[in-house]
Amino acid sequence: MASRFESVPEVVDRLRGVDYLADTSIGGVVYLADRLEKPVLVEGPAGVGKTELAKAVAASTGSRLIRLQCYEGLDEAKAIYEWNYKKQLLRIQADRTHETDWETVESDIFSEPFLLTRPLLEAIRSEDPVVLLIDEVDRVEVETEALLLEVLSDFQVSIPELGTIHGNQRPFVFLTSNNTRELSEALKRRCLYLHVDYPDIEREKEIVRVRVPEIDDALADQIAKVVNSIRQIDLKKAPSISETIDWARTLLYLGRHEVNPEVLGETLHVLLKYQADITKARKELGVDGGSPLAGARRG
Amino acid sequence: MRTYGPDSGSGVMHAPGDAVMLDVLQGFVHELRSAGLPVSMTENLDAMRALEHIPFTERDALKAALGATLVKHHGHWKVFETVFDVYFSLFSAGVDAGEGGEGDGEASAADWEQMRAAMDGAGAMGDVSNEDLAKMLLDALMNMDREQLRALAAAAVSRFAGMEPGRPVGGAYYLYRTLRQLDSEGLVEQMMEQARDQGQLGEGAFDERLAREDMDGRLKLLKELIESEIRRRLVADRGVEAMARTLRKPLPEDIDFMHASREEMQALQRSIYPLTRALAARLAQRRRHRRRGQLDFRATVRHSLSYGGVPLEPKFKRPRPSKPEIMVIADISGSVASFARFTLQFVYAMQSEFSKVRSWVFIDGIDEVTRFFEESDDISDAVHRVNTEADVVWVDGHSDYGHAFEVWHERHIKEITKKSSVIILGDARNNYHATQAWTLGEMRKRARRLFWLDPEPLGYWDTGDSVVSEYAAYCDGVYECRNLRQLQKFVADVVDV
Repeated sequence: MASRFESVPEVVDRLRGVDYLADTSIGGVVYLADRLEKPVLVEGPAGVGKTELAKAVAASTGSRLIRLQCYEGLDEAKAIYEWNYKKQLLRIQADRTHETDWETVESDIFSEPFLLTRPLLEAIRSEDPVVLLIDEVDRVEVETEALLLEVLSDFQVSIPELGTIHGNQRPFVFLTSNNTRELSEALKRRCLYLHVDYPDIEREKEIVRVRVPEIDDALADQIAKVVNSIRQIDLKKAPSISETIDWARTLLYLGRHEVNPEVLGETLHVLLKYQADITKARKELGVDGGSPLAGARRG
Repeated sequence: MRTYGPDSGSGVMHAPGDAVMLDVLQGFVHELRSAGLPVSMTENLDAMRALEHIPFTERDALKAALGATLVKHHGHWKVFETVFDVYFSLFSAGVDAGEGGEGDGEASAADWEQMRAAMDGAGAMGDVSNEDLAKMLLDALMNMDREQLRALAAAAVSRFAGMEPGRPVGGAYYLYRTLRQLDSEGLVEQMMEQARDQGQLGEGAFDERLAREDMDGRLKLLKELIESEIRRRLVADRGVEAMARTLRKPLPEDIDFMHASREEMQALQRSIYPLTRALAARLAQRRRHRRRGQLDFRATVRHSLSYGGVPLEPKFKRPRPSKPEIMVIADISGSVASFARFTLQFVYAMQSEFSKVRSWVFIDGIDEVTRFFEESDDISDAVHRVNTEADVVWVDGHSDYGHAFEVWHERHIKEITKKSSVIILGDARNNYHATQAWTLGEMRKRARRLFWLDPEPLGYWDTGDSVVSEYAAYCDGVYECRNLRQLQKFVADVVDV
């Protein structure tokens, strides 16, 4: 199969073209995943753009994004395929008067029109290029993980009534994990592993400028520095990239062109979502509390 | 296994063939395994295939690619990084020193003689005075010119580190010498001053703090550059394997609590939250799946409607087993203090998994510290208060387990219920006081379980004034708990009952 990318810099460039700023390690892993045709397991703190990466790869390669959101209790019927038994029942009942023989009915109700395809099967059967995103894979049980593993290693699904369905092409697969539990070694072995962390000041500044184009350079610089500084504090939940962007938009909306202690005090709740964190950050940064905005929010 | 070192062919540094690369990779993987990383056969093969696609001159991409194929735990990344630097430092594309003009011979760093010639001679920016070098460095730091910084770091090492071949001195010594000559402490001040002069710095403590953090970050980068330059030269001198052995560090989960350095302890602290979250999720899941709950009549009938009223699929209520209650009694005398603090933090970080956590600390006196954790939102804050405010000295501030247990028995023995698990933390070094082991007997009679965690290696138990086995007779289990791996295993296996 033709590769999607020619070199690592090309990956970075094309992701940049869809407003995703990848560093060399992200670019390198994406490129390698394309060449080795292996799934990528992306781990990292919440809100560093793990899901965004999959979306960006889909957009930059012109592929369709198929997303499987994982949750506890996700099973085969929701991940791969399911027979539409309600429709099957209707079909049988509608047939009562015609007295069709059982074989016909059986082959009829176990055919394409009665099949509900779920994301994994859809990705395998797809004719056009596809990026498959399996989001928050750490939420499923170990048994379901084994199921995913099987599909990911062969890219085929067996449906007893229809036979084995092979893929026409290998989708680009991303799995994301917030690391709420340790994934099985077997799954990790089959994937390339990418740890995405909070960006450094320069990259975060770039991200802010790309995502909030109307912002001026000095403010973006300050924003990146302040956020970086807040992340150094030992908090329950450090500000994510999306929160940085929200904050930048908030500042613009409020018409602030500079971050000073008062402005930060007023808008800290955009970055931090726990009261304990806000109090702590105020203390550490020497920003005073009790601002009108924060008060209004609490009330 | 044959591994690739600088002596096995110095001419190929710039263009190693595939065979050489594979050799290097095998040595590299071997070293990773020696350092404790679990690298499987498949992963090894993946790494080989990765080499076909990523040119080794693209060092960052190569690092990412090898990391993606070989390292599947973020906690192992640091160890991987060190080993990678050692094994692939010789292949880093020669640093082009720009106007300073280091010789090519030095850049390849293959041949020590050649390198020294370059160092002594006009290379290493030999025509630049020390003052000018310092100035260039300051400029590069202010503008964050990475390439220039790299070149200057190399020049600084040539000039100040005083490296000589074959000298059995560690990299830390050379780093220290170089940094002292560069006046790294003063650099931040100079940078701040320059920023102030250029008007980049606003007024007030807040701006000052931001700028300082920024400058500290830049200095850290410079330090890393110097360190890797020193490492590169040491590898050229001593060979890859020897260097890898010298630099080998334990994985975070294998760091010994009793002998952790401050830096290692901080790394451990940072890993508490993600770890406890993972552990809590696993415990909760296991608890829920242990058995089915009662039949849920309402749900069964509701569900049967989709089958025309035939209850094909019985539905069950989710079981809600009660959570255990934990009582922690910890020795916080000097030798085991960091272990006790860490374990307390760990237990409290997991308190959502327990119906109740109570804790006491002792040296020769004993004091309940549950209140500190209840009053404070922040666990590290609470631990700090435990250290400073708890009243744990009775006579002389030397561990007296016997007295501490006796007092505890007198005050709290009635509070133990069949739901409580008691965990005692300490090395049982009792300074030859009376053990009062009967108190543990009483505890065990009332408690659901009684455990003892000892941070000393098994071989030291019962040596000197350690009386572990006297207490062990009354415990449901005594566990060696020297590192995170063992602590985690204990919590997963034992507390979950």
